[in-house]
Amino acid sequence: MARLVKLYDQIEHIKEQFFIRNRIAEENRQKENAAAVKIQSWFHGCRERAYLRYLHRNATVIQKTWRAFSARRYFRQRVKVAYCLMNLNFYNEMAVKIQKTWRGYYVRRYVHNYYARKSYLENLAKKNEQVRKELEELAEQQKRERERLAIEREEKEKYMQAQRLHFLLSTKQRPGVFNSPFRSEPDEMELRLRTVKPLRARSAPKERAVDQQPSGFLSSIERLPPIHKTPQGPFRPAAEVQRQRQRPLEPSLRVATSITALEEAREELRQREWGTRLIDQPFLPFSKDHRNKEHEAFLHTHSPYHQNAYGTKYFREENKVQGKKPFKTVFTTCHVFDKFGRFYSNAGKIV
Amino acid sequence: MSQKQILQAFEQYQRERMKFAQTVAELATRHQNIETLQSAGVMSLLRPLLLDAVPSIQQSAALAIGRLASYNDDLAEAVVKGGILPQLIDSLGDKNLFYKKAAAFVLRAVAKHSPELAQAVVDCGGLDALVICLEEFDPGVKEAAAWALGYIARHNDSLAQAVVDAGAVPLLVLCLQEPEIALKRISASTLSDICKHSPELAQSVVDTGAIAHLARMTLSSDAKLKRHVYSTLGQISRHSVDLAEMVVEAEIFPNALPSLKDPDEYVRKNISTLMREITKHTPELAQMIVNAGGVAAVIDYLGDSRGNVRLPGIMMLGYVAAHSENLAMAVIVSKGVPQLAICLAEETEDHMKAATVWALGQIGHHTPEHARVVALSNLLPKLLSLYLDTQSSEDLQVKAKKSLKSILQKCTYLPALEPLLYDAPSNVLKHVLCQFSKVLPHDSKARRLFVTSGGLKKVQEIKAEPGSPLQEHINTIITCYPEEIVRYYSPGYSEELLERIENYQPV
Repeated sequence: MARLVKLYDQIEHIKEQFFIRNRIAEENRQKENAAAVKIQSWFHGCRERAYLRYLHRNATVIQKTWRAFSARRYFRQRVKVAYCLMNLNFYNEMAVKIQKTWRGYYVRRYVHNYYARKSYLENLAKKNEQVRKELEELAEQQKRERERLAIEREEKEKYMQAQRLHFLLSTKQRPGVFNSPFRSEPDEMELRLRTVKPLRARSAPKERAVDQQPSGFLSSIERLPPIHKTPQGPFRPAAEVQRQRQRPLEPSLRVATSITALEEAREELRQREWGTRLIDQPFLPFSKDHRNKEHEAFLHTHSPYHQNAYGTKYFREENKVQGKKPFKTVFTTCHVFDKFGRFYSNAGKIV
Repeated sequence: MSQKQILQAFEQYQRERMKFAQTVAELATRHQNIETLQSAGVMSLLRPLLLDAVPSIQQSAALAIGRLASYNDDLAEAVVKGGILPQLIDSLGDKNLFYKKAAAFVLRAVAKHSPELAQAVVDCGGLDALVICLEEFDPGVKEAAAWALGYIARHNDSLAQAVVDAGAVPLLVLCLQEPEIALKRISASTLSDICKHSPELAQSVVDTGAIAHLARMTLSSDAKLKRHVYSTLGQISRHSVDLAEMVVEAEIFPNALPSLKDPDEYVRKNISTLMREITKHTPELAQMIVNAGGVAAVIDYLGDSRGNVRLPGIMMLGYVAAHSENLAMAVIVSKGVPQLAICLAEETEDHMKAATVWALGQIGHHTPEHARVVALSNLLPKLLSLYLDTQSSEDLQVKAKKSLKSILQKCTYLPALEPLLYDAPSNVLKHVLCQFSKVLPHDSKARRLFVTSGGLKKVQEIKAEPGSPLQEHINTIITCYPEEIVRYYSPGYSEELLERIENYQPV
C-alpha cells in the first residue's frame, strides 16, 4: 500500500514529469526520427549491398564457369581444326611428292622418254638412209634400163639404115662412099655395112605357110579364073573376091598336123638327145651292191613298197593275208540239178 | 534420061556431102583456119549434116563440130545455141561406135570451156547418154564418154554431183579394171575430177571400192596412168581424216615411194601432193609416213626437181613438222633443213619462197634445239632479207615475219642471232634482244663473246623509247656487265677521254 501511497504522493510530479518528458520527446522527435531513418538506411544499405555482393559473386562464379567451359570448347575446336589443317597440309605435301615422282617417272618412261626418242631418231635416220639408198639404186637401175633401151633402139635404127644402104658397100675394085681413100680409116658405116646382111627384095616374100598346108591348095589359085576390075553383073566387088581368094586356109588342128608328126617328133627328140649327149655309154657303178639294197618303208605308210604285179603278171586278186581261208557260203546249194544225170536219163526218164 | 543417070546425081550429091564434112573436119585441126570457118558460117552448114542419112557423113560432121567447139567458147556456145546438143544426145543411144565416139567428143569439147556450157550439156540430158555409153563394150567409146564426164565434173560441185547422181561412178570404177591403159587413165582422171570438190563426192567414189583398184595401179609402169592415179588418191584424201585413213589402209605407202624417182615429173608432183594431203590431217598419219621413210624420199625428190613441182613436197615437210616437235625433229634428222635452204635459194617465185619460209617456221618454232638447227643453216638473215625486201609479195613478207618471229622466240644460239643486231628493224630486234637478255645473265662465256664481237657496243647504240620492251631488254643486258665495261663501250666514250686529256693540266 505504501507503494500506492507513494505513487499518489508523487502523482503530481509524475504528471509534470509526463508533460516535461512529452515535451522533450516532442522536441526531439524530428531529430530522433531523422537519426532513426539514417540508422535504418545505413543498415538497409549495408544489408542490400551485402546481398548484391553476394549475388555478384554468384554471377561471377556462373559466368566464369560458363566462360571457361565455352572457351575450352572453342579451344578444342580450334585445336581440332588446326590439327586437321596440319594433317591436310602434310598429306598434301606428301601427295605432291608422290605425284611429282610418279609423274616424272611416267613421263620420262612413256611420254618423253629421252632414250626412246633418241633411239627412234637414230632408227629413223637409219631407215631414211636405207630408203634413200634403195631409191637411189632403183633410180639408177631405171636409168640404166632406159639408156639400154635407147641404145638398142638406136642400134636397131642404124642396123636398118645399114641394111637399106648395103649397096654402098665398097668392093674390092672400088671404094664405097663411106670408105674414102683420102681418109686413113673407113667410116663407121662402112664397117657396119660389112657385117650387115643386105635387105631382101620385097618382091619375093618368103612363104612360110606353104610347108604346113596340104599340097595342092596353092596350086588351085593358079587355076582360078582372073578377076575383072569392074565385074559385069550381080557380083561382089573385085577387091572382096581377091581377099576371099588370098585368105589363108585355116585348117583344123587335125588337118594341119602331119600324119607322121609323132615319128618326126620322136626322131627330133632322139637327134637332140644325141646332140647334147656327152658320152655314149653311161658310167656304171663297179659293184652290184646297190641292186640288193632293200627298200626301207616309211614308218607312217601302210603299204609295202613294191611294184604291183596286178595286170602285168596276173589278173586275179591275190589274197594278201596268207592264213585266211577262202570265203565259204553257209547256205545250202540249190538241189534242183544235183541229181542231174543220176536220176534223170537224157530222155527225161528216171534211171 | 535413064535411071542410072538419076541415081548418079544422088550418088554425086552424097559424095560431095561426105567430102565437105571431111574437109571441114580436116581444116578444123588447124588453129589458123578456125576464124575463117567461123565467119563462113560453118556451124549452120554442119548442123543438117548431123541429121544426114549416111552414118559416115554424120560422123565426120560430128567430128568437125567437136574440133571447132574445142577451140574457143564462142564456138562452143554456138553449138549450144544452135540446138545441136539434143540431136547429138538423142542419136547417141542408137548409133554405131564411131558416131558415139564423135558425139562424146563434141560433148567433151563443149563442156570443157565453162561451167555454164557444161551445165547446158547436163540440161540436155547428156549425162544419162554418156553413162549409157560407159556401158558400151567398145573401149574407145567408154574412153570418150569417161573423158566427157570428166570435163563436165571438173567445173564445180553441183556438176560433179550431177555426174555422180547419174550413176557414173560404179561404171568408171569398172572401166578402171579394163585392160586398156588409155581407158584406165581417162577414168582415173575423171574420178579425180569428181573427188576434188567435196568430201561427200569423194566418199561416194570411195564407197564403190575405187581405192583398192587405184592402189593396185600405183605399181603400173605407165607414167601417165600413175599421174592420174596419184592425183585421184590425193583428191580423195584431201577432204577428211577418214578418207585419208582409207587411202593409207590400201597399203600404198612403202610401195609408192619409188614413184618419187619417176622420170615423169608430174608423177612425182602428184605423189608428193598425195603425201601432203595425207600428212596434213593428223599426227598419226604424218608419223606413219615418216616411219615409212617418206620424208627422206620427199627430201631427195626436192633435190631432184626444180620449180613449181617442188611446192607440194615443201608443204608436206611443213605439215609434218607442224604436228609435233618429235615429227619436226624427224624432218631435221632426215636432213630437211639444208634442202629447204637450197630450195629457198634456188626458187625465184614468191609463192614457192613463201611456202618454204612457212615450212621452215613450222620446223623451227618447237624448241631451242629446232631453232638452233634452222639458225645453223644460216637461214635467219635470209628470212630477214625476204621480210625486208620490198620486191617480195605481201604474203611472203607476212610469212617471213611470222616464221622469223617464231624461230627467234625459241632460238638460244647467240652467234646466229648477232648478225641480226645490225640490220634488223625494231620489231624484229625486240625478239633478238629478248633472247640475249634471257641467255646472257646465265652464261659467262656468252657474255664475253658478246662484248668482244661488238654486240654490247651495238646494243648501246640502239635508240629505244623509254619504257618500251626493247628498252627493258637493253637494260637487262647492260645490267649483266660491270659499269666500266658498259662505259667503255658506250657511244661517246672516246670523245669523252679526249676531252679529259684536253682538260688535264700537268702539274
